[in-house]
Amino acid sequence: MEMYEAIILTIITAATPLLLAACGELVAERAGVLNLGVEGMMIMGAVAAFAVAFSTGSPYLGIAAGIAAGAAASLPFAFLTISMVTNQVATGLALTILGLGLSGMIGDAYIGQPGVKLTPISIEGLSDLPYVGKILFSQDVIVYASVLLLLIVWFFLFKTRAGLSLRAVGDSHSSAHALGVSVRKVRYLAVIFGGACAGLAGAYLSLVYTPQWTEGMTAGRGWIAVVLVVFATWMPGRLLAGAYLFGAVLILQLHAQAAGVNIPSQFLSSLPYLATIIVLVLISRNRTLVKKNSPACLGKPFVPDV
Amino acid sequence: MTDEQSHNATPLLQARGIVKRFGSLTANDYIDLSLFPGEIHALLGENGAGKSTFVKMLYGSLRPDEGMLSWKGAEVSIKNPAMARQFGIGMVFQHFSLFEALTVEENILLALPPQQAKNLRQRIKTVSTDYGLPLDPTATIADLSVGERQRVEIVRCLLQEPDLIIMDEPTSVLTPQEADELFLVLEKLASEHKSILYISHRLDEVKRLCHRATILRHGKLISECDPQQENAKTLAAMMVGSEVADVKRVPQDLHDAKKCLVVRALNLEPDLNTGTSLVDVSFDVAKGEILCIAGIAGNGQAELFSALSGETPVSDVGAIVFEGWPCGADGIAERRRRGAAFVPEERNGHGALASLKLSKNILLSWNNANDGTTRKGIIDRMALARLEGAITEAFDVRMAHPDVEAGALSGGNLQKFVMGREVKRRPKLLIVSQPTWGVDAGAASLIRQKLVDLSRAGTTIVVISQDLDEIFEIADQVAVISEGHMSDMYPIDEVTREQVGLLMGGMDLNGPPEVTAEAMAQSLMRDREAEDAV
Amino acid sequence: MPFKLQRREEHSAWMALFSPLIAVALMLATGAVLFASLGIDPVKGLSVYFLEPLQSAWSLQELVVKATPLILIGIGLSICYRANIWNIGAEGQFVAGALAGSYFPIMMVGWDGPFVFPAMIAAGMAGGALFALIPAALKIRFGANEILTSLLLVYVAQFFLDWLVRGPWRDPEGFNFPESRLFPSDAVTPLIIEGGRMHIGFPIALIIALLAAFYLTRTIHGFQIQVIGESPRAARFAGFSQSKMIIFAFAVSGALAGLAGILEVAGPIGQLRPVISPGYGFTAIIVAFLGRLNPIGIVIAGFVLALSYLGGEAAQVTLGISDKIARVFQGLLLFYVLACDTFIVYTFRRVGVVREAS
Repeated sequence: MEMYEAIILTIITAATPLLLAACGELVAERAGVLNLGVEGMMIMGAVAAFAVAFSTGSPYLGIAAGIAAGAAASLPFAFLTISMVTNQVATGLALTILGLGLSGMIGDAYIGQPGVKLTPISIEGLSDLPYVGKILFSQDVIVYASVLLLLIVWFFLFKTRAGLSLRAVGDSHSSAHALGVSVRKVRYLAVIFGGACAGLAGAYLSLVYTPQWTEGMTAGRGWIAVVLVVFATWMPGRLLAGAYLFGAVLILQLHAQAAGVNIPSQFLSSLPYLATIIVLVLISRNRTLVKKNSPACLGKPFVPDV
Repeated sequence: MTDEQSHNATPLLQARGIVKRFGSLTANDYIDLSLFPGEIHALLGENGAGKSTFVKMLYGSLRPDEGMLSWKGAEVSIKNPAMARQFGIGMVFQHFSLFEALTVEENILLALPPQQAKNLRQRIKTVSTDYGLPLDPTATIADLSVGERQRVEIVRCLLQEPDLIIMDEPTSVLTPQEADELFLVLEKLASEHKSILYISHRLDEVKRLCHRATILRHGKLISECDPQQENAKTLAAMMVGSEVADVKRVPQDLHDAKKCLVVRALNLEPDLNTGTSLVDVSFDVAKGEILCIAGIAGNGQAELFSALSGETPVSDVGAIVFEGWPCGADGIAERRRRGAAFVPEERNGHGALASLKLSKNILLSWNNANDGTTRKGIIDRMALARLEGAITEAFDVRMAHPDVEAGALSGGNLQKFVMGREVKRRPKLLIVSQPTWGVDAGAASLIRQKLVDLSRAGTTIVVISQDLDEIFEIADQVAVISEGHMSDMYPIDEVTREQVGLLMGGMDLNGPPEVTAEAMAQSLMRDREAEDAV
Repeated sequence: MPFKLQRREEHSAWMALFSPLIAVALMLATGAVLFASLGIDPVKGLSVYFLEPLQSAWSLQELVVKATPLILIGIGLSICYRANIWNIGAEGQFVAGALAGSYFPIMMVGWDGPFVFPAMIAAGMAGGALFALIPAALKIRFGANEILTSLLLVYVAQFFLDWLVRGPWRDPEGFNFPESRLFPSDAVTPLIIEGGRMHIGFPIALIIALLAAFYLTRTIHGFQIQVIGESPRAARFAGFSQSKMIIFAFAVSGALAGLAGILEVAGPIGQLRPVISPGYGFTAIIVAFLGRLNPIGIVIAGFVLALSYLGGEAAQVTLGISDKIARVFQGLLLFYVLACDTFIVYTFRRVGVVREAS
């Protein structure tokens, strides 16, 4: 394998979980719910996927378990913020704390166990194409799914009536309510979808990225996904660029460490986080742009008259 | 339509014994109402009388606690707005139910059942031409004026082809001239056998437009009457319940009075991309004078209040001169320290905080070291309690127990409190935005009288208002703000409501003489000749 | 849904007092279910977790030691959260404070005397405050969301600490262990009882709690916090500056987190290590909410959460389950306290059944 192929392949691996989790968070935020529990849902997905894949031997059952665990983890958050109108920031933090704790407990039994790796699927004929074959057509099912998911989310949000309703709920929940759109139902579904995506992202981490269980293995990726949504100014297309940019930063610093660059490894390891901050600052500087696309009801609780 | 005719037909909609309670408050207490096809029916009442609550139940946004609704003779239960629309009930909201970030077309699409979504753009155009309501389907709502937004609401409603259209205070955001155009649309609709339930608290409109009127007061049904048979006084008496005192105003000659506030070429960009820029706003107010600034909501009033109060200081120090002190660049605290006081339009979350007790709410404007409410940065609770007592007594603020949380007060009582808090500062200058917006007639009358009394005691007052009745009750001078531009000032006795209405619509009273039909014909001729020449 | 939320006319004082207690009760109930599902007798599980740590003098002292940083950080965070400013990076500010304060004992070997410890405290607070001012400045200058920046900086601080103790600040006589040298006696947090574990951090935390309580309820500056938190528009009307408050709140909370950090490394730990906190900065978020953002409540809540740490250790030793269960209890507690707080402002109302009029 060529060097550039190896690097691009690892970038894709690093970008995929970010893309998945950010995609789900984008939908939730478009509906007006800021869920800061992405980190917690992601790691629940990671531990569930690992455990099920380990005990059944099937990575695909693992994927299903990861999705289910992420969606399930989002339920208490959805109930609290939507039905009980609690503060979304604090509730999201609670979800992250709970997810990190619960996954640690469940995962204790699996520390040091060999994982089940999800193998790539080569598309007959196309994967042998020169230069791009390996990169584009010899990926595992989740990579394909992540790109497909992004397309579906874009189509749903901007080309379907249900997507229009979802955007309407995020723009003005009281107007949507006055028109008879069920604000709570839309938000529940959006949050659960976000949870499922985060769970799938977690599954990817424990089945492909590093096929084993280590405590806290999401390492802040959930937070990076939240930043990515701001970076993309709530537009799905820009999410793709953002996820791959961050994937590149994550990977290049690893390659730099491996190549023995004369910079302390800890500094290289902080790079992705610093890069995230810098990107957030750069995008936030343009307040008009951020304001224009950000859902007007993001983070605001909705209590209808009875 | 005569009573006989209407009683022969089956009512389109009939409501019997409708009750709605919110906690301890009974918003609707056994309301009956029947509506016939082709009828424009007024639902008349003061702010807080329960009109909005009632129609929300007709539209399915709220569910009644008791009572019965029938539609075209059959008993129905309207569970949600979608169901109401299916029956043929449409609604134009007072606080628009539009989505700022979406386009006109998307906004309309959301209100239609999926099967009606076809050819939408074309149908929007057809309906808007038929009724004289021009619209661009691709425009984003955030970029539209208030009047245009109302058009979107109406077109959206019409596209649902309703039999009944509910309109909640539609003229509150229109100039008199725009309101006239709206009345034409409504009359056309009635002639097409559609019914209109018209909510208002404006008697002249109701008298002019409506066939019948149902009057609510404090949630109770007071009367159903023919507005043509009544006069404004009898209608007002039914609506308000008791005589409301007229505002007593002694005319004053202020030609020689010293200027208290001088504004010259005030410019302000709005926050982000919503809002209206102020462009070269200039005016001046004499000591003891009341200047009313009229205008339709959304024409720069918020920005004007921001700049005059110092919530948003401007870069040009000399744009605002208060008693000889150029203060354009100073903040609100500094302006207060110099003897100015301010009452913003929004009570909740701007002029007062619902979750704070009244005594703590005093600190919102009494927080300077020499206001006597703090000692070395420590809050003097005794002083606050004394102030709270004095303010609530002077302004007749009615509350369940002393020092309630502001959120527990009704709109009128909270407004009286906020106004009293600022009047108590004995300001040299008082800037007030929409002083009686959404308050009951009793409170409104008290507030207006207090403003007049304050001015006669020497305080300079600027009132930003969209209520022409109010302006003609209290103003010495009137000016109009339109799209961020300010008109000349006129002594109130020298202008008519129609003229102020024209100014509100962006016309210029001193502009070229009115275009006569003759002149128009001539100009048309010239155009044709020019075309022919080509 | 047969029941719907309805806003109360005024806040319920009763619920404000009891909501944290109800939340703790719900957490215990869930804990019982959790133990049962792990095959542990719930009564035994709960008593090992929540009662045994209260029964020995050693663990009572340990409780105070763990509660101290939680209370200090929690008070700082409560000031932020009341102002609707979301500093969630206290863990990083804790590390920054510990590093700044440790400069003297590690880099100025030989400097001793009565001024060393006060200098460390001052440097620790300054370090925490300065680190906290990064998200504050980014928010004011560029509008960058402080939740995300403050959180991301935690990772940066932790990597920096890791580099220092493995690199320049490693103990030259430490057999290559990733640790700094042990702090000399003048650089150690004074103990309350000789030979015990409790240090002067606790009385300091209590004094700060009292000062904060007075500040928040009785001073005009404390009043500003409430107004800014509830409505930026009302704050502008009152003439209160939001930017200044962001700086103030971040600086104070950072300084208190930094104080907790230097007290911890100079006290119970006695040196720098790659990991110096079991997540105090995050747990303190729960402390702040459980204490209902009230400094006195935070003192009590600090003990509750400190107990959850000790219980986790006890559960690991006695019951053989992962000490991660502490995090589970902590997360649950935050969920419950947020849910219970809803009832301070809202009440449930049965949606009326439509009675047909005859």
